Amino acid sequence: MAIGVKVLKRPERQVSYVRATLKGMALTFKHMFEPKVTLQYPEQKSSADWSISQRWRGTHRMLTDEQGRSKCVACGLCPQICPSNCIKLVPGEDEEGNRYPLIYEIDEFRCIFCGYCQEVCPEEAIHMGVHFENSEYTRGRFVYDLERLHAQTHPVSTLWDPSDPRGQ
Amino acid sequence: MKGFLLLSILKMLFVFTVIMVGVALLTLLERKVSAWMQNRHGPNRVGWAGLLQPAADGLKNILKEETYPALATRTLFFLAPAMSFIPALLLSAVIPFAAPLPLDFDFALGQLGRFAWHGAMPMVVADLPIGFLFVLAISSLGVYGVALAGWSSNSKYALLGGLRASAQMISYEVAMGMSLIPVLLLSGNVSFGAIIRDQQAGLWYVLPLFLSFFIFLVSGFAETNRLPFDLPEAESELIAGYHTEYSAMKFSFFFIAEYANVVTVCAMVTTLFFGGWDIPGHWDEQGGVLQTLATGGFFFLKLMFWIFVVMWVRWTLPRFRYDQLMALGWKVLTPLALAYIIVMCVAIYLIEHVAGLTDPTLRSLALFGVNVVIGLLVFGLLDSGVFIRGADRRPAASEVVG
Repeated sequence: MAIGVKVLKRPERQVSYVRATLKGMALTFKHMFEPKVTLQYPEQKSSADWSISQRWRGTHRMLTDEQGRSKCVACGLCPQICPSNCIKLVPGEDEEGNRYPLIYEIDEFRCIFCGYCQEVCPEEAIHMGVHFENSEYTRGRFVYDLERLHAQTHPVSTLWDPSDPRGQ
Repeated sequence: MKGFLLLSILKMLFVFTVIMVGVALLTLLERKVSAWMQNRHGPNRVGWAGLLQPAADGLKNILKEETYPALATRTLFFLAPAMSFIPALLLSAVIPFAAPLPLDFDFALGQLGRFAWHGAMPMVVADLPIGFLFVLAISSLGVYGVALAGWSSNSKYALLGGLRASAQMISYEVAMGMSLIPVLLLSGNVSFGAIIRDQQAGLWYVLPLFLSFFIFLVSGFAETNRLPFDLPEAESELIAGYHTEYSAMKFSFFFIAEYANVVTVCAMVTTLFFGGWDIPGHWDEQGGVLQTLATGGFFFLKLMFWIFVVMWVRWTLPRFRYDQLMALGWKVLTPLALAYIIVMCVAIYLIEHVAGLTDPTLRSLALFGVNVVIGLLVFGLLDSGVFIRGADRRPAASEVVG
């Protein structure tokens, strides 16, 4: 035997058309009274048996420190690793020699939501967000600048942990 | 005379409105039923519980652009939706929907003259003496709309759909027409009024003529191109069949026609086999406003039940293969209907003239006994797969002549 092929035994004589029909009808009728599985989306965003994954990678969010400043130190790793080249970073430096981003823009249309920026960030500044409602009226609104990234409030996504692959 | 005209116009308006609104709501019901059977809610956004969904769909379809395929035969392409729509609506004119309403009025309206009516008004737009023959005649006209829609679109899918539709509708019409002959034998009349009166006197025809009912129902599914016989549409094979090239309101007209046909078939089933507006017992025969309203309501309930059954079947059974469809029509239902006519002729003759049972109830009960025997035989054979074969029924190796 090469591979395990399951050979189905075909019925020699096809019995039951009437009974099979009635059985099917009974089944569909029974289903009419079963609880509905639909999630009534805009009103209801999660249910007892379903909620969005903690590892969901949605639109970004930039975390800030206690003073409300960006955690980003403009090291340039995220634009470097970004496979779709969607992060624009212009670094700046203040009088004390602290680096900070002058311009930090993410084009969410180019982004492929791989999450590398979050993985590579040494300061845990840039994060993917657990978020999916991104509608805007213009295309330009999809280039998120630093201010916008700061203003996001949705939860950040949890990175995949090799020691806990199923996220339990 | 003018009283008759006035009442006819009123009844026409009533039936037309009910049918059009009903058909619109049936599209919603269909989606709801399908949703419930799949553990979903169905449309529930527009209006309360989605009740305005048909209005939204209608509005959308009216506002949409109507397209014509470049090489379509424009006249026929334009006419085809109407040609399937008009026969479907015409049929609603002959179905009695309630007990006759006793009316008595006599008044003058200026220039128009006197309007008068005395006596019971039949609650049907046209109480035709030819009854279900009219329905059979007009319902077969619907095939023109479908076939011409398929042909005039100049598209291979539409053409195939139209061809399938015409072959299917013509095939099943034979069985459908012949399944009604036992009804004629039993009632001695083709008019719906007489058939309902006969069922009031005895039992509903579903008992003494069960196989007729079965054949009629199955052919009714095929005539209305509903699943499991929706091969003319067969979206997995033919995109949308005969109405592939249609858009906007012309597309909707095919749907209105389909649902109007469903209503007609269900109304026929109700009238011919389930007593029409008859409420069991003799209360409804007295005649009166209350009786008319109650019988109307009861007719509506029966009608809705059959419409539900049609939808229920649609969302349960898979589509037939085309050869199975033709085999079922020509090799099972047509011979069965023919044989049933003969058996019923003999049975009715024996019961009425040899056994001398003339009481309608007793006669119906005796026929019911005959039907139980035939029914067991037929359904046993159907169930064993002798008539229709599955795709996997290949000849065994020993049967193949080497």
